[in-house]
Formats: sequence, structure tokens, C-alpha cells
Amino acid sequence: MENLVSIFVNSVFVGNILLAYFLGMCSFLAVSNNMDTSVGLGIAVVFVLTITTPVNWLVYRYLLGPGALSWAGLEGVDLSFLKFITFIAVIAAIVQVVEMIIDRVSPTLYNALGVFLPLIAVNCAILGTSLFMVERDYTLIESVVFGIGSGVGWALAIVAMAAIRRKLRYADVPRGLEGFGITMISTGLMAMAFMLFSGITL
Amino acid sequence: MASKTTPARQAFNQGLWSNNPIAVQVLGICSALAVTVQLRTAIVMALALTAVLAGSNLVISALRRLIPHNIRIIVELCVISTLVIIADELLRAFLYDISKQLSVFVGLIITNCIVMGRAETYALGNPPWPSFMDGLGNGLGYGMILVAVAFFRELMGAGNLLGFQVVPEAIYGAGYEDMGFMLLAPAAFIIIGLLVWVQRELMERRK
Repeated sequence: MENLVSIFVNSVFVGNILLAYFLGMCSFLAVSNNMDTSVGLGIAVVFVLTITTPVNWLVYRYLLGPGALSWAGLEGVDLSFLKFITFIAVIAAIVQVVEMIIDRVSPTLYNALGVFLPLIAVNCAILGTSLFMVERDYTLIESVVFGIGSGVGWALAIVAMAAIRRKLRYADVPRGLEGFGITMISTGLMAMAFMLFSGITL
Repeated sequence: MASKTTPARQAFNQGLWSNNPIAVQVLGICSALAVTVQLRTAIVMALALTAVLAGSNLVISALRRLIPHNIRIIVELCVISTLVIIADELLRAFLYDISKQLSVFVGLIITNCIVMGRAETYALGNPPWPSFMDGLGNGLGYGMILVAVAFFRELMGAGNLLGFQVVPEAIYGAGYEDMGFMLLAPAAFIIIGLLVWVQRELMERRK
């Protein structure tokens, strides 16, 4: 249990997928100038990560990893070099299915999230989380917690950035630094603040 | 710019400077910054990305009349991931230490928006040769920024370049200390912000 809490806290703050590993920067930069869309995209990312990380764990454990196919009588088969292409296909498929289910079950939620879901399929944060999960040898439960934690961390960062950029609109920024430059620098300052959590051990 | 501008050369030059993928198009900053702590990993990453980008542009452009429009994204993803898998296996075979340091970030070239972006905006509408040059130019333009960031981070953070010590011992003796901050993630954000500032000012002046 302690282990799970520490994975969660670590993935939200210290190892924040955006601020410490630079994943999902593209959509972060494109969307963070609007508060409402940032919140929508943040929720969608949490949602998708919570599902895709454990699913990819199962795929890796029972189809791709070294010796994973032993249940089918194929000992010693190692398909792990296929993980990139398989993970991206799994993610794209899940995003598609999730989109259809949400459309059926809750049209209001679909209206709020619908636009963002297709964008997410190629968000590096999603693929990155799955790859980190493989690299760090998480168990199934740990991968669920890690998925949620990474999603929450990403959402937190993008919403905070949207708030900062709203204030930045009234700031007097040097010409060449406007837009992209100042956004990167303020992201850097925000990342510094997040790093302060690294002293915390649970 | 050169007096004779063939489409291929133009595509190459634009990617390198005036339409630089990071500084101007704001694409693909994603994963790559994480490998800029050392110059060596940044160079390997830049080369891997350039190879993948040029290769995927070439293949997609050669296939552009065969790819049905509504499934083009998945076809592009397949081409790109195949190339990335090849790049990853090659790195693992010949540069094992560096591939360990790059960890998941080689795989993340797949979701790097530049690769998809160039395939969508350029390769789908242009013949193979200019597309290849466009990929090369964009890859190198991207690599340039990556290497520049890594240069400052390694020099200021560890006093080394490519693993060799360049800051002389005498300066350390006089009380100089490495800036540990440069090795942490936030420094990469700040350096890239400043580099973009410099690049934009230079472009303004050129006009």
C-alpha cells in the first residue's frame, strides 16, 4: 500500500510526466492558452491513461515480453521489439472505443471531451507512460496507479499553465520572447517548483 | 539563400532555419529535451530522428498515390513505427550504452509531432526527392536545437563536452563550481526559451 502511495505521489509531483520528462509538450503548448479546453484535455488524458496503461501491461505480459507466450506453448519467444507499434495500435484502438462508448452512454461528457479524444491518440504522454511502465517493471496494480498518477500530474501542469498564461496576456514581454519563448521559460519556473517535492519520502 | 533554388534545396533550407520545426513551427519538443543532459546522447538522438524523418518522408511520399485518404494516419503510423523499431534495434546493437541512456525516448520518436506533421503537410503532396530533403532539413534543424541545448547544459552543468573536461582545473581552484541546476529538467525549458528568443531576433534582423 505504501508502495502504491509513493508511486502515485512520485508520478504526480517529482516525476511529473510533463515537467520532468517533457512528454506531451505539443498539446500542452497548443492548448494551454485556453482554460476550458485545458481542463477538458486534462480530464481526457487522465481517463485514457487510466485505461491504456493496464491494458498495455496485459498485452506486454501475455503477448510481447520475453517468454510471455509460454501459455500458448511457445517458450522462449521474445516479441518485445514489437512493443512500439503494438502499444500505439492499442492506444489508438482504445481511444476509438472509449469515444464510441462515451458517445452512447453520456452525450454531455462526449460534448465536453469528444474533440480531445482523437488528439490524444498521438500524445507522447500516453505512449511514454506505457513505455515507462515496461521499463520500470511495474505490477498490474502499480501500473493502474502509475497511469492515474501520470494523468493527474499532466492535468495539473496544463491547468496551472493555462492560469499562468491568462495572466501573461497583460504582461509586457520582449518582442522575440512573446508566445513560445516566454511559455517555455515559465514552464521551466513551474518545473522548478515541482522539483521541490523531491525531498518528500513516504 | 543560394541563387538556384530547386524545390528540394528550398525544402531543405526552410526546415533548417526559416521554418525550423522547434523554434518556428513549435512541434516536437516533446520527448527529446530529456536527452539533452549530455551532448553525446543529444547527437545520437538527433541523428536517429533525422534518419527516421527523412526515411518516413521518402516512403510516404513514394506511396502517396496508393494510400487511401481516410486511413492515411494509420498507414503513416505504421511506416514511422517500423522505421523507429529499426533505429532502436540498430542503436541497441551498435551503441548499447547510449541506447540504455536514451531509454524510452527513441520509441517516443513515433509520437513526435514533427514526424507526423511533415508527413501530413509535405510528404503527402510532394514527390519523393524533395520530401526526402525536407525530412533531412527538418531533422537537422531539430537536431541543431537539441545539440545547442545539450551543449550549454553539459558545459555549464558538468564542465564537460562529450565527456571530456573542458573547464580547466585552475578555474575550479579559483572557486568556480558547476551549476547542478543545469542538469535538472527545468534548465532545459529555460535554455530553449532563450534560444528561441535569439533565433527570432536574428530572423527579424535578416528581413
